[in-house]
Amino acid sequence: MNLIQIEIPQPTHPKESIMKKIGLAMFALGMLVFLSGATGAFENIKLFYCLGSLGLAALGGVLFILPSRNDGLPGIKNNGVMFRAISNRGALAWMTSVFLTGFYILLYWYPEYLKGLITSTDVISFGMTGKAATQWFLYGTIYTLAILVMGMKMIIKYRHSRYQIVRTISVMFFQLVFAYLIPHILEAFQQPEYYFTYFWPLKTSVLFPNDLQWLKSQPGALPQFMVFWGVIMSIIGVPILTYFFGKRWYCSYVCGCGGLAETLGDPYRQNSDKSLKSWKVERWMVHSVLVFITVTTGLLWANSIYGGELLGSASMYFSRWYGFLIGAAFSGVIGVGFYPIMGARVWCRFGCPQAAILGIFQKYFSRFRITTNGSQCISCGNCSTYCEMGIDVRAYAQRGENIVRASCVGCGVCSSVCPRGVLNLENGPVRGRVST
Amino acid sequence: MNHIVIIGNGIAGITAARHIRKLSNHRITVISGETPYFFSRPALMYAFMGHLKFEHTKPYEDWFWAKNRIELVQDYALTIDTVLKHVYLQSGNVVQYDILILATGSLPNKLGWIGQDLGGVQGLYSKQDLDLMTVNTRDISRGVVVGGGLIGIEVAEMLHSRKIPVTMLVRETSYWNSVLPLEESLLINRHIRHQGIDLHLETELTEILPDVHNRVRAVRTNKGDEFTCEFVSLTAGVHPNIEITHKSGIATERGILVNEYLETSTPNVYAIGDCAEIVSEDSTPKSRVEQLWYTGEMQGETVARSICGERTKYERGILFNSAKFFDIEYQTYGSVPARHADEKSLYWEHPDRRRSIRIVYTSEQVIGFNLLGIRYRHEICKQWIAEHRSIEYVLEHLDQANFDPEFFERFEQEMIVLFEKQTGKKIHLRKQRSFFGFKKFLGNVRASV
Ligand SMILES: Cc1cc2nc3c(=O)[nH]c(=O)nc-3n(C[C@H](O)[C@H](O)[C@H](O)COP(=O)(O)OP(=O)(O)OC[C@H]3O[C@@H](n4cnc5c(N)ncnc54)[C@H](O)[C@@H]3O)c2cc1C
Ligand code: SF4
Ligand code: SF4
Repeated sequence: MNLIQIEIPQPTHPKESIMKKIGLAMFALGMLVFLSGATGAFENIKLFYCLGSLGLAALGGVLFILPSRNDGLPGIKNNGVMFRAISNRGALAWMTSVFLTGFYILLYWYPEYLKGLITSTDVISFGMTGKAATQWFLYGTIYTLAILVMGMKMIIKYRHSRYQIVRTISVMFFQLVFAYLIPHILEAFQQPEYYFTYFWPLKTSVLFPNDLQWLKSQPGALPQFMVFWGVIMSIIGVPILTYFFGKRWYCSYVCGCGGLAETLGDPYRQNSDKSLKSWKVERWMVHSVLVFITVTTGLLWANSIYGGELLGSASMYFSRWYGFLIGAAFSGVIGVGFYPIMGARVWCRFGCPQAAILGIFQKYFSRFRITTNGSQCISCGNCSTYCEMGIDVRAYAQRGENIVRASCVGCGVCSSVCPRGVLNLENGPVRGRVST
Repeated sequence: MNHIVIIGNGIAGITAARHIRKLSNHRITVISGETPYFFSRPALMYAFMGHLKFEHTKPYEDWFWAKNRIELVQDYALTIDTVLKHVYLQSGNVVQYDILILATGSLPNKLGWIGQDLGGVQGLYSKQDLDLMTVNTRDISRGVVVGGGLIGIEVAEMLHSRKIPVTMLVRETSYWNSVLPLEESLLINRHIRHQGIDLHLETELTEILPDVHNRVRAVRTNKGDEFTCEFVSLTAGVHPNIEITHKSGIATERGILVNEYLETSTPNVYAIGDCAEIVSEDSTPKSRVEQLWYTGEMQGETVARSICGERTKYERGILFNSAKFFDIEYQTYGSVPARHADEKSLYWEHPDRRRSIRIVYTSEQVIGFNLLGIRYRHEICKQWIAEHRSIEYVLEHLDQANFDPEFFERFEQEMIVLFEKQTGKKIHLRKQRSFFGFKKFLGNVRASV
């Protein structure tokens, strides 16, 4: 019997391609030119310089990433993750972490040192908003570029999984359109800069009395719609969507912080702490932030109703300190700066008040769960290791229990990496959701 | 309160310990030599490939054992005195037991090949084997894998992940065709070759050739070929590890003999997991050794129940298993014979030739499922088989069985079309819930083309 007629074997050992090298060179050159612009050297050819250097760097990034399509057949690409310095808290990881942290410190507290770079992006800013760039414009531009370029990498890496492709395209879209283009276009039309994809309590101003009143007092119909949109979504939209789809509709499909974590941060997801202790710390921290912000919002409203007599200027300090501690120090410096050391979702896990609220809904009022497939688990630990939220998924899977956890952002990576097809993210009847 | 001593901290022994703790207050001691803590043996490959660190293969944090009053002793048990109820350890310590559970696992087979003890030649079973393999495969130009089973393909994948060229020698005419039906087996052959593995079918190892340092230099096959290599992995299956029973009076054959209650020939001594050979009078063959993670787990749970009051028969239930061949996941439920006799089989393969579904049925009912690259629900398949559902019923409800992630392609319609074509019968698809009936519409279009 010789039924075994098979096509010629094709070795698919990945080779460092020439394209990758060219890409890297272009990226380095682009960054170099962009940084040197900080000295004001390209005053006369600003447009060319700015778009040219950033474009070169981005294109270089894309060229570097594209050849990874040839890294063998589609499938899980975690070979060597635990051996490489960058993904295993080696020297390279620490360097990256120090660089990112330093960048955030400059950005938040010493923007004057970034002045050259900020003015470098003036041309784009003028083109979009008609105004000179601020540090936030520079930040938003780099942030969006990072999500787009690294999003491509994510899509190529998980090209065997439609779930991963769909949600990555989704975060790329929402970041580019709703968190970057629309707010700036609004500015260009003299409208308030508004982010339609951020709600209270992540964006406190959506429900803070002063901000609301200010927005309401703006001329035109659009600001009125913004007031309506923000309030309705924060109070009704978020719970309803979470009931149907779980927290993931926001954290893994819409949110910009999630977007950066899932693209730029994807190579670091295995570094999140899975211990029971870290779960305890997480619950205390994230819920404290939520309580703090809810109390603040309540006080501010009470204060505004009583005409500012209740708190005096104390409320000002309150929100200013919140802005410093939570908004800047936590979400930026630690949240992104520590990507290579603590995994990409440090902020989402320990600090984000939106995640806390979504989590409460997900845990108690939602159709979402991760289903465990009977007794097929071999306790290998891939799911737990690659859960960026530090959930010990295996602890449930090996007992045949479904996973219903407040912190799960529904990234679906546990399901993707499981070698036995044990896990599936699903929406279904709330009854019998926890046990199988 | 009894003192329960368990030898072996693998899935079987540890599951027994955990469940005994859940059900009782007995004192529990687990003696095991290989590692201080329980780890997932099937995960060893991922530690080698760098997906995980060895740390990650431990299913419980280290504090878990003390908290649950499960005493762990890292030592080798040498002999047992079943009269005094003593276990003698390598360290010289003696442990007194009231009830003894043997869960000593397996040892890799060595089939007496010439040169099997040379440097660079090894099997893969234990953590020590893994460490040795790490050393043995450093800076080599080629590795040879001997054996066409589950561990063989894992070793091939491990080497491949470190960019080491692999030659795979398989005795059979096609990969794992003692278990997989021909179509699936061919699909996997193709996939192995597609990965760049140099797969040789119908090829047997005849000799492993040494160099001057007594390390492997090459292997020779029955076809007269010689493959230069610095590493050889022998993966010709495993056999029960029964060394501990030597001179103890506990009856053994291939494995440690137990009845359906997992009791050995000696009172108060049980055997579970890979090391046990289960004898049941009313089945053919009369005895069987089950060398699976899942069966070890089920046996551990069963023995715990027996010890904690309720003497319980071990029942394996409807068979299931899973594996992964490089990038292709494999799940199986019920019985899918490699060569079928009376039963019929509906086999569908995706045009990409990397995914397939097989449903095996008789004139009365569906008896088994084989899936490659597609996930099905354990509970549903089990239920259908147990409830003796007909092939028509199963096809009508097939969407319930699918366990692939959202947005993935679905293939229920293809299965139905195939069935209708093969039998001339008509299946009325249950109304699917989907947005605007779009999927159904698509399905109809496809069916009518
Ligand atoms: C590489 C590999 C991959 C596998 N993949 C799968 C899979 O995907 N799915 C599946 O179902 N099965 C798989 N298996 C099989 C599965 O791992 C075994 O069936 C299972 O581990 C057996 O569990 P056990 O508890 O019976 O024994 P073991 O896991 O072997 O544990 C026994 C322990 O007892 C110790 N021991 C033995 N004798 C003594 C003594 N005298 N004193 C002290 N300690 C002793 C041993 O050192 C060992 O640590 C795989 C096996 C291997 C090797
Ligand atoms: S449990 Fe799974 S889906 Fe949820 S956050 Fe962790 S890896 Fe993502
Ligand atoms: S990855 Fe899958 S098999 Fe491994 S521990 Fe998690 S659920 Fe179990």
